[in-house]
Amino acid sequence: MLDPARKRKIRLIVALSAAVLLASALVYTSFSAATEASSPSQLLKSGTSPGRSIELTGKVAAGSVHKSGATLRFAIRDRNGRGPQVPVVYTGVVPDPFRVGREVIVTGKLKDGTFVGERDSLVTKCPSKFQTKPGASST
Amino acid sequence: MATVGSACLVVGLLTALYAVGAALYGARRGGPRWVVSARHAIYALAGLLVTAFAILEAAYLRSDFSFSLVATNSSSDTPTFYKFTAIWSSQAGSLLLWVTLLSLFASAVLRATRNQQPEVVPYATAVLAAIGSFFLVLTVFYASPFDTLTNPPSEGNGLNPLLRHPAMMFHPPMLYTGYVGFSVPFAFAVGALITRRTGMDWIRATRRFALIAWTFLGFGIMLGALWSFAELGWGGYWGWDAVENASLMPWLVGTAYLHSIQVEEKRGMLRVWNMSLVMASFVLALLGTFLVRSGILDSIHAFGASTLGKPFLFFIAACAIGSTALVVSRLDHLRSDARLESIWSREGAFLLNNVVLVALAFVIWWGTFFPLISEALNGHRSSVGPPWFDRYTVPLALALVLLAGIGPVLTWRKVSAKALRRTLVAPLAIAAAVFVALLAFTEAVNSWTSLVMFTLIAFVLAVVGQEFWRGVSARRVMTDEAPPTALTRLVARNRRRWGGYIVHVGIAVLFLGVAASSAFHSQRDIRMKQGQTTAVGGYKVKYVRPTAEVGHDTSGTGAPISLGAVLDVSKNGKHTIVRPKRNFYPVNDPSVPMIARFFEGEPTSEVDVRWGLKRDLWFAVQPDLASLMPAIREADRKFGGPKFAKYQALLIATIAQSYAHDPPPANFRMIVSPMVAFIWIGGLIAVGGALIALWPGAETRRRAVRSVYAAKLARELSRA
Repeated sequence: MLDPARKRKIRLIVALSAAVLLASALVYTSFSAATEASSPSQLLKSGTSPGRSIELTGKVAAGSVHKSGATLRFAIRDRNGRGPQVPVVYTGVVPDPFRVGREVIVTGKLKDGTFVGERDSLVTKCPSKFQTKPGASST
Repeated sequence: MATVGSACLVVGLLTALYAVGAALYGARRGGPRWVVSARHAIYALAGLLVTAFAILEAAYLRSDFSFSLVATNSSSDTPTFYKFTAIWSSQAGSLLLWVTLLSLFASAVLRATRNQQPEVVPYATAVLAAIGSFFLVLTVFYASPFDTLTNPPSEGNGLNPLLRHPAMMFHPPMLYTGYVGFSVPFAFAVGALITRRTGMDWIRATRRFALIAWTFLGFGIMLGALWSFAELGWGGYWGWDAVENASLMPWLVGTAYLHSIQVEEKRGMLRVWNMSLVMASFVLALLGTFLVRSGILDSIHAFGASTLGKPFLFFIAACAIGSTALVVSRLDHLRSDARLESIWSREGAFLLNNVVLVALAFVIWWGTFFPLISEALNGHRSSVGPPWFDRYTVPLALALVLLAGIGPVLTWRKVSAKALRRTLVAPLAIAAAVFVALLAFTEAVNSWTSLVMFTLIAFVLAVVGQEFWRGVSARRVMTDEAPPTALTRLVARNRRRWGGYIVHVGIAVLFLGVAASSAFHSQRDIRMKQGQTTAVGGYKVKYVRPTAEVGHDTSGTGAPISLGAVLDVSKNGKHTIVRPKRNFYPVNDPSVPMIARFFEGEPTSEVDVRWGLKRDLWFAVQPDLASLMPAIREADRKFGGPKFAKYQALLIATIAQSYAHDPPPANFRMIVSPMVAFIWIGGLIAVGGALIALWPGAETRRRAVRSVYAAKLARELSRA
């Protein structure tokens, strides 16, 4: 029979090592399962490792939205509305608030200069204001 | 009126600062008079803030566009119900709601404790007033709800159509009530620590407030899920979005707290832990408010970058560091009275349940903040998706449900093997029978997690059922009451216990819905021409015809145009007609031509959901407007000018109608989701159980009366 103090110590060590193991699993898997987020200018500047999906975030560029059948083509600019555009080809569900000038996130890969979005990966940020303030700049 | 509103806020800020000072001075040197004065200041603050809120609400109702907030997110054609609720769709309005709720909560708790704990209450008052001051500083200096426009527009922008859903309108105030409610136990915990009165008194005084906060927060989260399912066009109720997670974290920690304080009450253990949980739930509640409002994480909810980031982060950091330091400095006063004798005891089960709940909260925290964590560690902003969350939350949820079943059958200190056998036989047998039945008669075997979950749920329900059965039988043996009478009296005698068991039933039912609908739902995204047929989840779906409605607002959300489809859904010869639609709200943007405004504005899906106990049928449609575009351009070119205003309505109607006559193919999303309804039913059962636990019992009322008399007597004696 172990004395109670020792038993408690063992219990504590077991519990702590379980917690540490779980935490390291958490850390490890989150880094391996994560998708990197990038803006159009970052994407074009650094490029990406082929075969890995990234999340492209930015604003839908003016005059770039074309829908043909189930395929949606548009271009994304940096959040500040400046910088280079990245053309995007996307199929799947288009969220309701998708519009020119809105901030969107789409997951996919860059292929020959065009960003190919994964199906149903397009997310539109909920606009803070339904429409722009009269006379003020957008969102 | 805007001036009066701003004045209310400024005076409110001064009042709150006075309350901080008066309460602290009263606690140190000034004596009880100052503390009473601080309490009265809090009442006055509540009065001022309710007035400010009413002024803003009145401006919304009469569409006074000289208020910048009203012009930004309401309009004269917004339906009255949504005008009323548009107030919390803006940043400034929701901060005002936060601090108004805080002043009301603070008034309620300070009134309830006015004759209790003379040492702790002054500090709790000061903490509550300080939190209020912080939010008032935000509303006065950073995001004023009473900004006015010198040239008021003739029409406002209208409420974001996505928010035009009844659930969405109750969801934010519910969440906020929950967030704010956690500040009450937090304030008393801080007071107890400062004064070293770390006994049970502060827990007893604020237990009910913690439960109120927990109930509202939980109900708010559920309404958010319902809105997501019924209004957003994607067909899910939970997406591990940053803001959803932000509301779930304080709720999970609050759940842990509500369980572990029972261990402290019964056994005098886990004192440091309880303090930490209270502090954590409040800091997480602040974080929740902050995440929605700051836009630091990419989320569909993040309402754009705002100016609040820095002061908010500073306040959260101050709360977190301050409360940690306070707990550490008072460790000597937080020693346990007893040690855990056996893990096979009620307190052992509570301890495990706490570990699981906190682990869940931690996993969610890690995943939510991973973009910031990874950016800090390796410079790349990366995020983790729902599969990552599921990998951890699913096993933890299974463990939680198992513990919810085991906990009630264990006794305090240590359960005897014999007692355990006696109480576990029936529930285990029932769970085993359900397991076999699921294997034999259903497809549950296709998803082992849901198979395990269903079995565990059966176990929980059996345990709670057995507890009720045994309680009622024991009463009947003693009192010879009829079963219904025995049941109501049993519950009435210990509302917290039996209410808690009903919450367990609710959560089990909720998990039933979650497990079934996530494992066995079928979905189809398809582009169909009129007359085409497809199949989803055993149903045959035919696109019968397109619809176009103009000026006929069936859903009451104020959309002038709605295009949709009539679908014929059939199974085994039984036909149902569903009509998903898409509402088009005009955009108030002068750069868009007049007629195009009506079509290129904000569309939202009007999902058609056929609710059912067995399964929900969910349909959404996205009409393709490409074929209408030439006509719209042409109309704008010829009749877009203001002199044709008379004909424009007719033109818009004609163009919209032409969609129904010559329809292009439309995109559909169809979902057959089994047992989703159980999520809402389970949530309601849990809320019902929480209400039972909250309802003041005879004992509480007696105690309240006694404490008032005791205080009166003490005053008389001190005077004599």
